Amino acid sequence: MIQTLSRPGPYIAEFERLETRRGGRGGAWLMPLRRAAMARFAELGFPTTDQEHWRHTNLAPLAATPFGPADPDAHPGPEQLAPLLPAGQAARLVFVNGRFAPELSDTGSLPEGVLVRDLAPALEQPDAPLRAHLARHAAYRDQPLVALNSALFEDGALVHVARGVVVERPIHVVFVTTRQAAPVVTYPRTLIVAEAQSALSLVEAFAGLPPPGSQPPGAGAGAYFTNAVTELVAGENAHVDYCKVQRESAAAFHLHTLRISQQCNSTLAAHAVTLGGRLARTDLHATFDGPGAGAALEGLALLAGTQHADDHLRVEHLQPHCTSREFYKNVLSGQARAVFTGRICVARTAQKTDAKQTNMNLLLSDAARVDTRPQLEIFADDVKCTHGATIGQLDPDALFYLRSRGLPDGAARQLLIQAFAGEIIDRIPAEALRTQLRRELAARLPGGAAPGGAA
Amino acid sequence: MLEIRDLHVRVEEHEILKGIDLTVRAGEVHSIMGPNGSGKSTLAQVLAGRETFEVTQGQVLYEGRNLLELTPEERACAGLFLAFQYPVEIPGVSNSHFLKTALNALRRQRGQPPLDAMEFLALARERMQLVEMDERLLHRALNEGFSGGEKKRNEVFQMAVLEPKLALLDETDSGLDIDALRAVAQGVNRLRSPQRAFIIVTHYQRLLNYIVPDRVHVLLEGRIVRSGGKELALELEQRGYGWLEQEAARAA
Repeated sequence: MIQTLSRPGPYIAEFERLETRRGGRGGAWLMPLRRAAMARFAELGFPTTDQEHWRHTNLAPLAATPFGPADPDAHPGPEQLAPLLPAGQAARLVFVNGRFAPELSDTGSLPEGVLVRDLAPALEQPDAPLRAHLARHAAYRDQPLVALNSALFEDGALVHVARGVVVERPIHVVFVTTRQAAPVVTYPRTLIVAEAQSALSLVEAFAGLPPPGSQPPGAGAGAYFTNAVTELVAGENAHVDYCKVQRESAAAFHLHTLRISQQCNSTLAAHAVTLGGRLARTDLHATFDGPGAGAALEGLALLAGTQHADDHLRVEHLQPHCTSREFYKNVLSGQARAVFTGRICVARTAQKTDAKQTNMNLLLSDAARVDTRPQLEIFADDVKCTHGATIGQLDPDALFYLRSRGLPDGAARQLLIQAFAGEIIDRIPAEALRTQLRRELAARLPGGAAPGGAA
Repeated sequence: MLEIRDLHVRVEEHEILKGIDLTVRAGEVHSIMGPNGSGKSTLAQVLAGRETFEVTQGQVLYEGRNLLELTPEERACAGLFLAFQYPVEIPGVSNSHFLKTALNALRRQRGQPPLDAMEFLALARERMQLVEMDERLLHRALNEGFSGGEKKRNEVFQMAVLEPKLALLDETDSGLDIDALRAVAQGVNRLRSPQRAFIIVTHYQRLLNYIVPDRVHVLLEGRIVRSGGKELALELEQRGYGWLEQEAARAA
């Protein structure tokens, strides 16, 4: 049975079709890697719950669904994209059903030394940074989902910031999937390279789009599968703000691998906001490859109905004097389920590591469920590592306090839930996005305009 | 204004209040004193609507209405206020946003238009002076990281903004230094009026040097064993509660 469920057959067939089609076109330099990755996926298949890292997230329904290629001719109007794109961007790249949509994108006003473009043509004539970084960070050997994406991705975003260049306004990369009759799969791929001394703010958004004229934006598309890989490299003393916003449709499978590599003294603030998806899993794997680097990895998931979200973090302290802060929160209602795994590995050489991990969960119903697992592997002896997790309901003392001042029960609850969730939103540096998410939070939370609504 | 008749209250298996009778008229200040565990805080919380307590017998009339039927927010809208013994820290909720929301909920109930941000700020600034509270606290998260004295000042500040008809102060004086105690007392005294009543629950007589009560009641093991004028508080200060406990034991 397991073999049937993790059967990679259709994906291999798709790879062979693509290989023929690619034929004499460029990108040949990548073909050996693609073939090896495909072969590896064929060996591994989709992960199953027998595997420790996937114990709480069952991909059997995904493996059993036949996903076809996404419609290349969908052309959503800019008005459909508008809610996904807050004002004040430096540039935006929009991909519809896995393909670059130039008519929805804008890279007009970037400072010199900043490259923001679609990957497909860049693959044909790869420059040195692309060859140096693409598929060099996200290893596919033990990661079947990375293998699958590496074999099959056709397009994606390339963001390169040259040494010493500062991009002040955020760059937005948006992957949307439109509603289609049969289940489809896309393979978004993003490579972000911030060279030494540079600074960059980037927002990566994933969303399901309803067809033109369909009413509530929350209703979204039918079943689809997003298998995304993002590689993020922060050079020496670079600073990167990275924010992921996931608003996939209610029937979507969202599997995303975010591979972060930080050079010495670089700093990263990464935020992940999970609002949509039937099943969402993010594998965040960060390594400190140089001393003195720091990362703040923060996330918020608002889950309702039968949504399932799994944040799987692995932070590797390979060098001394690095600091990591993990702060993830989940708000669950209905029968929603959240999984948090935070693995912190401290190598023998990584003295003076300072790592802190916090996972806080707010359960708004008795049927919601959370599994939270801190995992520390520490081989150095002069380090500071702490972890803490809480799972609880609204504090009755706080609720009584607010009500005793005249706030109605519903308003008091909403205020407390918003305060819990807002703590993460408030830490997002990109101002327009922060404001937008604040409004969205108010509308989605119980007592708001769309109670428990999953996109 | 408030009439408590034969009030019995239980938490799980323990009967905490065993028949309280108390009448409070508009303009009066009542003090309820007693040793730890006598039921003082329970009485204050039951009046504010805390649901963890079960009323097994008796009734409470507030301005002629059955108070026990009202939710905590309905009681607040009807003019009841409890200054908490342990004000709750609520991270992420700003003190000013919370208080403005509460005030406007009460104003709606009173048929008054809501205050906008500027009007609220002007009112808040004025009332903060009453309790000599640092204005920065207004812009911080509700009680989060406040010192003991700052929390108690914040309670009395909220009271001054919400202008209740009946204010219950639950050990507002516990753990305060003299400056904070004086500031809290000053806040209460400025609010005293012929239309407003106070019930001040305290463990110590010290607060009553600053807020002079009309009536003092001694609560022992869930019963009011003695009531008197302000001189009763002084007597308790000198003699402690032991003699009343012995009297109560003899009577039982």
